[in-house]
Amino acid sequence: MTINPQHQALIRQRNIRKVLQAVPVYILLVLASVVIGAPFFWMITTALKPFAEVAIYPPKWIPSYIRWENFVEAWQSAPFARFYVNSVFVSVTSTILQVGIGLFSAYAFARIEFPRKDALFLLVLATMMIPGQMTLIPNYITLSKLGWINTYKALIIPHAANAFGTFMMRENIMSLPGELFDAAKIDGAGHLRTLKDLVIPLTRPILGTLILLNFIGHWNAYLWPLIVTNTANMRTLPIGLVYMRMQEGGSIWNLMMAATIFVTAPILLIFIFNQKQLIEGVTRGAIKG
Amino acid sequence: MTGDLQRTSDQPKNLSVPSGATSPGWRRHLKERLTFLAFIAPNFILFTIFTFWPIFFTAYLSLTDWNMIRLTRKMVGLQNYQQLFATPLFYKVVGITLLFAFTTVVIRMAISLFLAMLLNQKIPGRSLFRGIIFSPHVTTTAAAAMVWVFVFDSNFGLLKWFLDIFNIRSPKWLSDPKWAIWAVIIVAIWKTIGFSTVVYLAGLQSVDKELQEAALVDGANAWHVFRHVTLPLLSPVTFFLMVTGIIGALQTFDIVSVMTGGGPLESTKTYVFYLYETAFQQFRAGYASALAMVFFVVIMAVTLFQTRMARRWVHY
Repeated sequence: MTINPQHQALIRQRNIRKVLQAVPVYILLVLASVVIGAPFFWMITTALKPFAEVAIYPPKWIPSYIRWENFVEAWQSAPFARFYVNSVFVSVTSTILQVGIGLFSAYAFARIEFPRKDALFLLVLATMMIPGQMTLIPNYITLSKLGWINTYKALIIPHAANAFGTFMMRENIMSLPGELFDAAKIDGAGHLRTLKDLVIPLTRPILGTLILLNFIGHWNAYLWPLIVTNTANMRTLPIGLVYMRMQEGGSIWNLMMAATIFVTAPILLIFIFNQKQLIEGVTRGAIKG
Repeated sequence: MTGDLQRTSDQPKNLSVPSGATSPGWRRHLKERLTFLAFIAPNFILFTIFTFWPIFFTAYLSLTDWNMIRLTRKMVGLQNYQQLFATPLFYKVVGITLLFAFTTVVIRMAISLFLAMLLNQKIPGRSLFRGIIFSPHVTTTAAAAMVWVFVFDSNFGLLKWFLDIFNIRSPKWLSDPKWAIWAVIIVAIWKTIGFSTVVYLAGLQSVDKELQEAALVDGANAWHVFRHVTLPLLSPVTFFLMVTGIIGALQTFDIVSVMTGGGPLESTKTYVFYLYETAFQQFRAGYASALAMVFFVVIMAVTLFQTRMARRWVHY
């Protein structure tokens, strides 16, 4: 079959129109990306500049030479090694506890019979409506009574329970075909074994997403660590960064931005390598929640 | 996976539940129930101590006069609430918070719907744009706010350079009481726009294309299709984003704490920052608890409003 020339011309015309339509879309998206990305660019370029090029106007976009010493000096200007250890330990432990605890209760709500368990589940959901700021004072008092202020326990335990993750995992477990669970039961598998051999392998994607989201959440936490830590050796990275600024007077911007990169780089790397999964996880959570 | 199950079933069964035939039904039931309780226990114990109990404790503390150090608390009845509603600063803080929340949410939603429609086109490089637009959402707020302080710098800042292109004189953003709140609003929009954009995008992708095409065939122009087909179909998403956006904006703390500390002249003192300051810098636990109770009631009201109205207003 041959396509007549007229038809060909029409197709070409339509393709050209399509491309032309895409041009304004591109321009607008590039514009939006430049505006939204500008602070990141500003952070990186400032962190690489010698001090003399920070406080000049108009700004120098590309430093005349890259001053790597900024990172060394920023690292030494506050106990950043310690902040890192604290942030990593607190975020990892909190994440493991949160996902683990959530998984157990999600499984129970999805697969174990219990009278009026839906009412109990509503109680879990209700905690999502209670703003965290409301609980600051009582939790601070509880922790002081326990002697936990300025310890890892204070940073980890109060946020180890988790409603959102429980909710997501419960949905996920309930969507698994019931025959699988019947088969496991017939095989004589108890709940623990079903959880380990059946549920965890099958819910791996959602577990991965929750682990990433929780980790990011704990890494970025600011208000709670600000309240329950009071010495430098217990501070997490965001708190340490803010204290560094208070000590430095906040005008040595190349060092400040180098320190800011210490705080944000791990999260941005996680995001870059798991972009699709994270965005989908966040969107799904939003639509279901 | 099935291999795993197969293997475990060949192992001695002393770990697993005895089968139903050998044990009486009530015993199996009991065991099920105990397992259920054991599985949900960690979550519930923590929720009880750190989420439910604090509500009652805050309610109690709000009726006392206490500096968080003294061993005894003095009951003062509703005095904290009376004082609260007689304090001009309280109204100022509420006003700032509401202005901040509504402005942030309205501007953010308008822009993010627009961005979502751009991202909804089938063009190469889409996921890169989406990633850049979304990235502030995952970035540590305190650290991002720190960068923004330098962006807003009225001598060497990025924004001064940008405004100079249009011959606009840069205000002294963070030290001018008129402008500081707008600086905070800009950062809050920047931080949250990616989230609403991807949620809108998901909404757009689930909108039935045929409805839009049918409208076009019927002679409607692009604007009419958007206004009378797309927008109504998106209303559940809009409503969700509006309510969660307002709740989130009412809770803003990190940005204010890092960028302005509530100043200058208390012009950026949002509710949660005021609460923090009262409780943890001035140690007025009773008064701060009254603030927390008012906050709690407002958030609950917004949430209940959401669940009520979602049914009535939203066009599915």
